[in-house]
Amino acid sequence: MKALYERPETFIDTATHFCPGCGHGIVLRLIAEIIDAWGIRGKTIGLAPVGCSVLAYNYLDIDMCEAAHGRPPAVATGIKRVHPDHIVFAYQGDGDLAAIGTAEIIHAANRGENVTFIFVNNAIYGMTNGQMAPTTLVGQKTATTQSGRDLTNYGYPIRVCELLAVLGGSSYLERVSLSSPENIRKTKKALERGFKTQMEKKGFSLIEILSPCPIYWRMDANEAMKHIDEEMSKTFPLGVIKDWKP
Amino acid sequence: MKQLMTGNEAAAEAAIVAGCRYYYGYPITPQNELINYMSMRMPQVGGVFIQAESEIAAINMVYGSAAAGGRAMTSSSSPGISLKQEGISYLAGSELPCVIVNIQRGGPGLGDISASQADYFQAVKGGGHGDYRLIVLAPSSVQEMADLVYDAFDLADTYRNPVMILGDAQIGQLVEPVEFQKGPGKNFPKKTWSLTGAEGRKRNIVKSFYPVKGQLEEFNARLQQKYKEIEDNEVRYEMLNTHKADVVLVAYGTSARVCTEVVKKSRKLEFKVGLIRPITLWPFPKEVIRKISEKVQCILTVEMSAGQMVEDVRLAVEGRCPVHFYGRTGGGVPTSSQVIKKIVEIVPDNLADALLQLAEVK
Repeated sequence: MKALYERPETFIDTATHFCPGCGHGIVLRLIAEIIDAWGIRGKTIGLAPVGCSVLAYNYLDIDMCEAAHGRPPAVATGIKRVHPDHIVFAYQGDGDLAAIGTAEIIHAANRGENVTFIFVNNAIYGMTNGQMAPTTLVGQKTATTQSGRDLTNYGYPIRVCELLAVLGGSSYLERVSLSSPENIRKTKKALERGFKTQMEKKGFSLIEILSPCPIYWRMDANEAMKHIDEEMSKTFPLGVIKDWKP
Repeated sequence: MKQLMTGNEAAAEAAIVAGCRYYYGYPITPQNELINYMSMRMPQVGGVFIQAESEIAAINMVYGSAAAGGRAMTSSSSPGISLKQEGISYLAGSELPCVIVNIQRGGPGLGDISASQADYFQAVKGGGHGDYRLIVLAPSSVQEMADLVYDAFDLADTYRNPVMILGDAQIGQLVEPVEFQKGPGKNFPKKTWSLTGAEGRKRNIVKSFYPVKGQLEEFNARLQQKYKEIEDNEVRYEMLNTHKADVVLVAYGTSARVCTEVVKKSRKLEFKVGLIRPITLWPFPKEVIRKISEKVQCILTVEMSAGQMVEDVRLAVEGRCPVHFYGRTGGGVPTSSQVIKKIVEIVPDNLADALLQLAEVK
C-alpha cells in the first residue's frame, strides 16, 4: 500500500506549542516537505527569532540559529557570508520583521542579501497575548487597540512586500495565504520559488504568508480562514509582487 | 618588520593576522581608521567586510558569522557600543566567540570624541542584561593593541566567549611602531557546535533560550563555572617599581601611560611610587592588588572617569589600606603633574614638599 501523506522526515515528531488553529504548523511542515523532497537537509540553516517563531527549531531537524527580536536579517547575513553555498532562511513574524526589525529587513533587501525570508503575517503579537502588530488591520481590536486600530494614532498597516519591491536589491517577493488547500499549495510553490531564487544566487527573496491566529482574533478556526479571504487579503493583496524572472 | 600605524589600524591588521575573515562595522569617531582599514584589507585576504546599517545590525552579523564558525569582529566607540549591548548579551548567552573593540570617547550621551575610560562599568560588569561576563583587555600602546587583538581571538575560541578590547581615543589614534605575529596561532579549534548544515550528523542549534523551568539555572551555573576558570587562568597585569613602594598607582590604558611617567619622575626621590597596570580588566587582577595593599601606605587609582575601576580596587583591598582616586572626566586626560599633586594630598607631610617640586618638573 502506498502512503499518500506522511510526516516529512525533517519535521520532528513532537507535541506542538502552537495554539489551536494556528498557521505556523502548516508553514513549518511545508518547509520540511521541501527540504526532504530536495534532499537539502545537510546544507540548510534556519533562523528562529523572537515571537511565536521562537521555537521553530523544535520542529525542523536542521541546523538552526536563534536571533534577537527583529535581527534575523543581520544574523542571516552573517551566516550566509560564511556559507555562501548553503541555503539560509529566516522564519519571522510581523512584529519581528515589520516593527522592531524594520531597519534590518530593508537593508538586507537593499544589499540583495542572498537569503530567503519567510514572513508569517497574522496581524497580531500572538506570543505576548495579542497586541497590535504593524500589520494589524484598520479597526482590528487587539489587547492594545481595544476599540480597534485607529488611523490617527497608528496609521495604516505596513505592506512589507510593496515596501521592499522598490528596492533594487529585492529579487523575489510574493504574498500568499493559508486560507484553503489551494492557497496552501500556492504557498508551498512560493517557498520553493524563494529557495530556488537563493540557490540560483539571484538575491533577496521574501514570501509573505497571511496566516490565521484564531485565538487572538477571537474567532473560531473557520471564521479565521474566512477572515483572511474576506478582510485581510483586501489590505494585503495576494500575488507575485516582484520576480527576477517573471 | 616594524611599521608605523595608528592603534585603530593595528587592531584591524592584528585581527586579519589572527585569521579574522568577517568584519562588520558602522562609522563612528574615534574608531574610523579601523573600519576604513578593514574595508581595504578584507577583500585583499578574501574576507568579508560589510558596512552595516547600524551598530545593532553589525553586532548581529557578528553573531551570525560566529554561529557559522567564522572568526568575526566588530568595532565601535562608546555610543555605538551601547547599541550593541543587546547583541553582546545574546553572544554571551549563546556562548559565541567574537572580538568587540571599543575605542572609548567621552560620555554620557553623545558626549565628545576625545579619550575617555568611562565605559569601564559597561565593559566589565556586563552592559547588557543577564549574568554574563566579557573577557576585557586594555591595551596601553599600539604594539599592545596588536598583541591583545591577536590573543583575543584565541581567548574567545578557547572559552567560547566574546572578548572586548577596551581602548580609548588616544590609544586608537596614536601612531607608534608596531610588529605583527606571523599568522594564526595554534588555537584554531574545530567548532563542532557551529552551524555548517547538518550533513551526516545530528543538527546543531545555537541559542540562548531555555524556557523549561530549571534549565536556565543549570545553564547559568555552567557559565559561572566557565567564568571561574577564566578568573583562575587568564589574569594579566604589569607591575612597575612596586617593590617596597610607599604608594602604588593602579591605572590602565592611557591613564597607565601617564602613571608610568609619574613613576619615572619619582625615581629621583627616596619616596617610592609604583604602578600596577591591569591588562585584563575582567578577570581583574585582584589578587596582586590585595597582596600589595598589605605593604603600602596607600593606593591611588587614576582613571579618565569619575571613578569606576576604583570600586574593583577597593573590593580587592577590602580596607587593608586607604584607596584614593584621581580622575578626569568628559574627555579630559590627567597629566603627570596632576597625579603627583594628588599623591602630595594623600601622603605624610614630610614628603609632600619633595613631591611637589617634582610636580613642577616639565
